[in-house]
Amino acid sequence: MEQHKLIELKGICKQYDSTKVLENMNLYILKNEFITLLGPSGCGKTTTLRIIAGFEQADEGELYFNDTEISALPPYKRNLNTVFQKYALFPHLSVGENIAFGLKIKKVPKAEIHKRVEEMLELIDLPGYGKRSIDSLSGGQQQRIAIARAVVNKPEVLLLDEPLGALDLKMRKEMQLELKRMQQQLGITFVYVTHDQEEALTMSDTIVVMAKGKIQQIGTPESIYNEPKNSFVADFIGESNIIEGIMHADLDVSFGGARFECEDKGFCKNEPVDVVVRPEDIYLVDPEKGMLAGTVLSTLFKGVHYEMLIDCSGYQWLIQDTQCREPGSEVGLFIRPHDIHIMKKSDIPIYSEEMYEDLPDAAEDNTNA
Amino acid sequence: MHKKRLLAAPYSVWMVIFIVVPLLLVAYFAFFENGQLTFAFFKRFFDDPNKIYLPTLLRSLLLALECTALCLLIGYPVALFMADRKLNLPSMIMILLIIPMWINFLLRTYSWMILLENNGVINRTLQYVGLLQQGDHLKLIYTQGAVLVGMVYNYLPFMVLPIYSVLAKMDYCHIEAAQDLGANPFKVFCRVTLPLSVPGIITGITMVFMPAVSTFALSKLLGGGKFSLFGDLIESSFTSNNWGVGSAMSFIMMALILLSMAVMRAFDSSAYQKKG
Repeated sequence: MEQHKLIELKGICKQYDSTKVLENMNLYILKNEFITLLGPSGCGKTTTLRIIAGFEQADEGELYFNDTEISALPPYKRNLNTVFQKYALFPHLSVGENIAFGLKIKKVPKAEIHKRVEEMLELIDLPGYGKRSIDSLSGGQQQRIAIARAVVNKPEVLLLDEPLGALDLKMRKEMQLELKRMQQQLGITFVYVTHDQEEALTMSDTIVVMAKGKIQQIGTPESIYNEPKNSFVADFIGESNIIEGIMHADLDVSFGGARFECEDKGFCKNEPVDVVVRPEDIYLVDPEKGMLAGTVLSTLFKGVHYEMLIDCSGYQWLIQDTQCREPGSEVGLFIRPHDIHIMKKSDIPIYSEEMYEDLPDAAEDNTNA
Repeated sequence: MHKKRLLAAPYSVWMVIFIVVPLLLVAYFAFFENGQLTFAFFKRFFDDPNKIYLPTLLRSLLLALECTALCLLIGYPVALFMADRKLNLPSMIMILLIIPMWINFLLRTYSWMILLENNGVINRTLQYVGLLQQGDHLKLIYTQGAVLVGMVYNYLPFMVLPIYSVLAKMDYCHIEAAQDLGANPFKVFCRVTLPLSVPGIITGITMVFMPAVSTFALSKLLGGGKFSLFGDLIESSFTSNNWGVGSAMSFIMMALILLSMAVMRAFDSSAYQKKG
């Protein structure tokens, strides 16, 4: 991958009324990269995308495209295209006319428009659909046409705003692979916005985790999952046990009523910290052999594994294991030092489903305005 | 179901008494004379020796078309401004459009007379500013132009409101999508906003054209009776006790209006569900 910064955001701030949607956002996007902005609704990810597209103006900060400042450039002069959340296909035009829209504006010769539209219809697996009306198509088909309408213009960057949100699970999985394939085949930089962590992990080269208008972590899917920088990221990406602990000294931490060896250092003596342990990193052993001992509260069959809730002297642990333990049975827990992640206490509240519903939705609301 | 039907009963009674019965009466007066079926009144309309009826009908149609075109030309930009989210004007313009409708039609027309008279506000102002010599005046009132101005003024809201409601309901994402695909504001308007607002335009045209073609009284007040319209002829037939001809003319006008509605409707469905 070429290390050329195609898009760069420097100190971007955005405020709606008195709500800060983006605070001092700094980010660069490399050429041919598949970058995903991930976070709960209201985290500012859609606003970031809209600022790049030119539909919103940042209050402060600079936006560079190929090393040129483009903050003042209107959307129609920017060499990028957007796939909208609600597709935004033109209802008064046919499928073919929708795809040809951008090319007609650019006054591409008719024969070439026809050729490229046909190619696109092949690419999205809807050959012969050119004359059809938009209303006669299913959500998945409309979604593919929305992608084709953007991609046919051969933009340098494609912005995608939760494009798979309205599709059912199976279709979504198919489209994820399809999009990834398209991105590699066409060599276009993708900036993808989603709140679905699984989608982000599957498709991205780089993930930008956002919350409350701030970037929480930037990294590859593996590094985000395996080494979350704070408890918010740990909780948002995958399942986690997040427990308050005390860092006694380097490599020495206590939490959940026991003392553990770990691999982290550089904290103050007796500093309160958040400890994150992934449910699949906890091993079930006999009660006397474990570092912690407890009682199984509940067991759920999840297909590949069982998900168990275990109570250890007042702390509840979520554990995934392929072996099933009956509720009420006594078990011991074993955790390897490598799997204990120590984090500084963060001021971002820990993500949870309930919070997800209640979060102010200024940024996403604005998308639809 | 039956309960719901019962609820519709008062409305049905109202419709029968005030719409169906009068229509039947008009039909009766148009087609019967002393209890005998006759087409004499229609015949009188078509072989009219004084050449009044048909030319008046044509003038009415022409004036209504001019009025509709002007309303569209003025009304569309107004609706566009109202629907512009950034300007945030709608309530103000809406009040400006609707408040005059609270005032009686005749009063509004009298106020135009005050403006347009030889010694009216406009001529006085022009004299005061010096654009006109003292004693000179522009011939404003009692012209066909004055009638047209009065009609446009009265029917403009019927053009603005339907277009505005379509524009305001239009999903803004279509405009953003067009911008995103490289369309400048002018192209966005031509290729997206205008085609998507066609249903509003059609409703507006229908709602202005229909009352415009049957306008009366306005022509008397602002046109000084020199430019009588088809509506005036119908009115005068009834006031001069010529109910038969008046009813026949009413029938002809009704046919014209139904015809124009049918045309507009056909146009509407072909424009909107082009590829259904």
